[in-house]
Amino acid sequence: MKITKDQVKKVAKLANLPLSADEEEKYPEQLSAILDYFDQLNSVDTKGIEPTFNVTGASNALSEDIISSSLTQEQALSNAPVKKDGFFVTKGVFENE
Amino acid sequence: MNDLTKLTLIETIEGLKAGKFTEKELNNAYLEKIKELNPQLNAYLMVNEGVKGIPAAIKDIICTQNIQTTAGSKILSNYIPQYDATVINKLKNEGVGVIGKANMDEFAMGSSGENSAFGATKNPWNQSKVPGGSSSGSAAAVAADLCVFALGTDTGGSIRQPASLCGVVGLKPSYGRVSRYGAMPMASSFDQIGPITKTVADARKVLEWISGPDEYDSNCVAEKFKFQNSKFKDTIQNLKVGVPKEYFGEGLDKGVEKVVREAIDKLKELGAEIVEVSLPHTEYAIAAYYILMASEVSSNLARFDGIRFGDSRDKFGAEVKRRIMLGTFALSTGYYDDYFAKAAKVRTLIKQDFDKAFDPAAAGVDVIVGPVSPTVAWNLGEKVSDPLTMYLSDIYTISANLAGIPALSVPCGFSEGLPVGLQILGKYMDEETILNVGEVYEQATQWHSKRPDLRFKI
Amino acid sequence: MMNQKYETIIGLEVHVELNTKTKMFCRCSADYFGKEPNAHTCPVCLGLPGALPYTNKQAIEDCMKIGLSLNCEVSDLSRFERKNYFYPDLPKGYQISQYRWPLCIGGRLQVTGDSGQEVIIGINRVHQEEDTGKLTHQGAQTLIDYNRSGVPLVEVVTEPDFRDSSQVRDYAQKLQQLFRYLGVSNADMERGDMRLEANVSVRPVGQKELPNYRVELKNINSFRFMVAAIEYERTRQIEALEKGEKLTQETRGWDEAKKETYVQRSKEEANDYRYFPEPDLPELRFTNKDLRIKENLPELPWNKEKRFMEEYGISKNNAEILTEKLELAGWFEEAVKLGKEKGIAPQDLANYIVNQKITLVSQGDALHAVENFASKKVDLIEDEVEIEKLAKDAMTEDPEAVKNYQNGKLGAINALVGIVMKKTQGKANSTLAKEVLERLLR
Repeated sequence: MKITKDQVKKVAKLANLPLSADEEEKYPEQLSAILDYFDQLNSVDTKGIEPTFNVTGASNALSEDIISSSLTQEQALSNAPVKKDGFFVTKGVFENE
Repeated sequence: MNDLTKLTLIETIEGLKAGKFTEKELNNAYLEKIKELNPQLNAYLMVNEGVKGIPAAIKDIICTQNIQTTAGSKILSNYIPQYDATVINKLKNEGVGVIGKANMDEFAMGSSGENSAFGATKNPWNQSKVPGGSSSGSAAAVAADLCVFALGTDTGGSIRQPASLCGVVGLKPSYGRVSRYGAMPMASSFDQIGPITKTVADARKVLEWISGPDEYDSNCVAEKFKFQNSKFKDTIQNLKVGVPKEYFGEGLDKGVEKVVREAIDKLKELGAEIVEVSLPHTEYAIAAYYILMASEVSSNLARFDGIRFGDSRDKFGAEVKRRIMLGTFALSTGYYDDYFAKAAKVRTLIKQDFDKAFDPAAAGVDVIVGPVSPTVAWNLGEKVSDPLTMYLSDIYTISANLAGIPALSVPCGFSEGLPVGLQILGKYMDEETILNVGEVYEQATQWHSKRPDLRFKI
Repeated sequence: MMNQKYETIIGLEVHVELNTKTKMFCRCSADYFGKEPNAHTCPVCLGLPGALPYTNKQAIEDCMKIGLSLNCEVSDLSRFERKNYFYPDLPKGYQISQYRWPLCIGGRLQVTGDSGQEVIIGINRVHQEEDTGKLTHQGAQTLIDYNRSGVPLVEVVTEPDFRDSSQVRDYAQKLQQLFRYLGVSNADMERGDMRLEANVSVRPVGQKELPNYRVELKNINSFRFMVAAIEYERTRQIEALEKGEKLTQETRGWDEAKKETYVQRSKEEANDYRYFPEPDLPELRFTNKDLRIKENLPELPWNKEKRFMEEYGISKNNAEILTEKLELAGWFEEAVKLGKEKGIAPQDLANYIVNQKITLVSQGDALHAVENFASKKVDLIEDEVEIEKLAKDAMTEDPEAVKNYQNGKLGAINALVGIVMKKTQGKANSTLAKEVLERLLR
């Protein structure tokens, strides 16, 4: 499957990955080669086969609604590059999801 | 005094109990050796001089409270976790201490250790060679006697392959046997934490310690592993061993094949019945694995946005970036069905291949054996250029992760002077049988007592 | 102003924050309002590497309660999925939600708009997800508090079955009432316990296919504003179509000051969420025997209202008011029981309570209220001639209400009934008053 430079840019944006000019040049070919390899799955007959998303076969892992201890505010913030008055800080965002 | 660093875990436990030496003496012996050898081997990213208890090397993707945990990445070079992984809590309760954080391929992506942001680990058997990956430091540390045992993680072979290349024992437990809470995830439906040890008995011990249900891991459903002393403990008479024909075809190095076949002959000599089996979907395993794994990776690494911790995303290494791109693509609108959903169906077929092999109504084997790696350790720098070539070397190990079954690598000889591992695969949740078989083989051979000669630097 | 050539197509998404003690996927306290920032967090809801989710059983049960109350089926098999996108209030870079396999599907709810006509609204799904952190904008910076991150949310999605804003308001009010009846949430719009999103489009009357665009109305925190926004959109979209303009997918908010909607985001640029099954969580499987939940549901508000009318012979108006809050309904039933012993009819008691606007606080317990009623020896005014005189006075006093009623806003009659009741200090038989007015207004 061939992936174009345009698609590479779109995917990088979705993935929040800044790409260098070099990567933008290299990725289309490199990723296309790997995707070509993936395409061999098209020749596998999977009619009537259920997908496996979880190999344990388990279901209904549910926990009782009982509070247990959390991190302290200090612990929560301890690795933050920028913090202020108990909050994490990031540069302004103006668009709502 | 005898070199305490040569002792196995079982011997260490017995020695401490019998008062033959103290914990302090034990740790001092290891710390001294680390001081001498780590600068060349680069097995440890961080050494804990104040370690107490039986010293273990912990792969740096497993969170240790207040001890730096980098996952081999520049993004986390200053990250100090505020909590211990569940397995660390369990080990601490058994009197184990963290002597150091082991080097690894960045975010567990790699098969050689060369994707570490902090320099590659060297193979103790030949320091111009790779130790394998991604648990490169863990395997090297055990091989060079820089710890009593180590923990690694295995998503597509990352415990077994470096264990094989470094001549030590590596166990990937069944998926769901050991809690993943606290191990930074690579691919959530494949990852398992497991022991890398000097002997099979050691691996069994560590599995007993770290396994068991956990209220923090929804998929950790299994009972704690307990040694049952069932069949095949001291003898493998009448053991039915399956040898997949697909694992002995093109791509397998002739030298490695010879050693592995000799190991299988040894099993026969010890009383096992050897049968050929077929795992017909083997050729599709790599594609299925990489699609599913990259998809999960692309999502798991989204939390590294530099706000609550870590550096910015442009600091990801090349292989990590590549897999994030592949995974994001495979999940995107229009491609989910052809890639992710399709791969998940192929995963079912691969699992069914094993079910059939183990099914008493069909082939009915007890274990399946084969090589771990198509080659022995290769030269540092030799394979970095083409990612696809690197992916293809995972061919023998990834199927176990796709199916969730347990898999053990035990040393079974040498080729070109470098270690070769024999892989033993078992039924889901049947670690008991593969450990027992591995131990019988190990004790009937001398490979496990060989150690690399570390007197000479490069 | 109503352009009769077009009909409005509206679908509604309601998010409700559950009042469980702990969060959806971790056991941190879910009580975040007014707390120190980031003091109720853990590796899971902070999205720290290595943390894993563990599902809150109570939240699942609450979601099923809501779904079953709305006549949904609980799916035999449901799964959580990851909704992947980047935003600072989303610590993992994905929200654990449901997409292909929701917990509850295929329900319905009967609503009544201002026209008085009853309409069945199809419920597409009721599913479970988690809330995000809270952002505070401060100049060029954004401050983030993750106390709310991971709090359980239930999302109720309708089919595009609404045809006017009054139906939407009735639906939203019924849903709010349901959440309070079930005890799963305070469902307070101002506090954000309950959030509305409407999808609005218009099509020419007679067209069978749904329009090929939808305008999403978001971040509107009151029923009143939502109704206003829908009305505004209807007009705006019709005008655009009449001019021959093409309408596209958009997200809009409501500007209360300017009384208009405004573009927040063009949906052409919408995110590709790349949903896939959450690998950290096993699937959910429920068989019928697990559903004792259905048997244990409280009597639902609309059923209780119907029963009050049938069992106590009270008017729809009174029944509606008396069943609005579960607590008041229970109080009333207790009062009826006590009143029976004193030979007081439930209808009279109902009138008295409704017209006097008796609150639980002011009257204390039911016995006290009943005794008050009995001692006042209230003579209800039931003489039709007298009522008719009062009704005509009311119609003179409030010509607007008369006009509205005659224009189809049937609810306007309540204002006239109210005037009659005021004039008689609540002694008039309200049911009779309404009947008389209806006759006069015809």
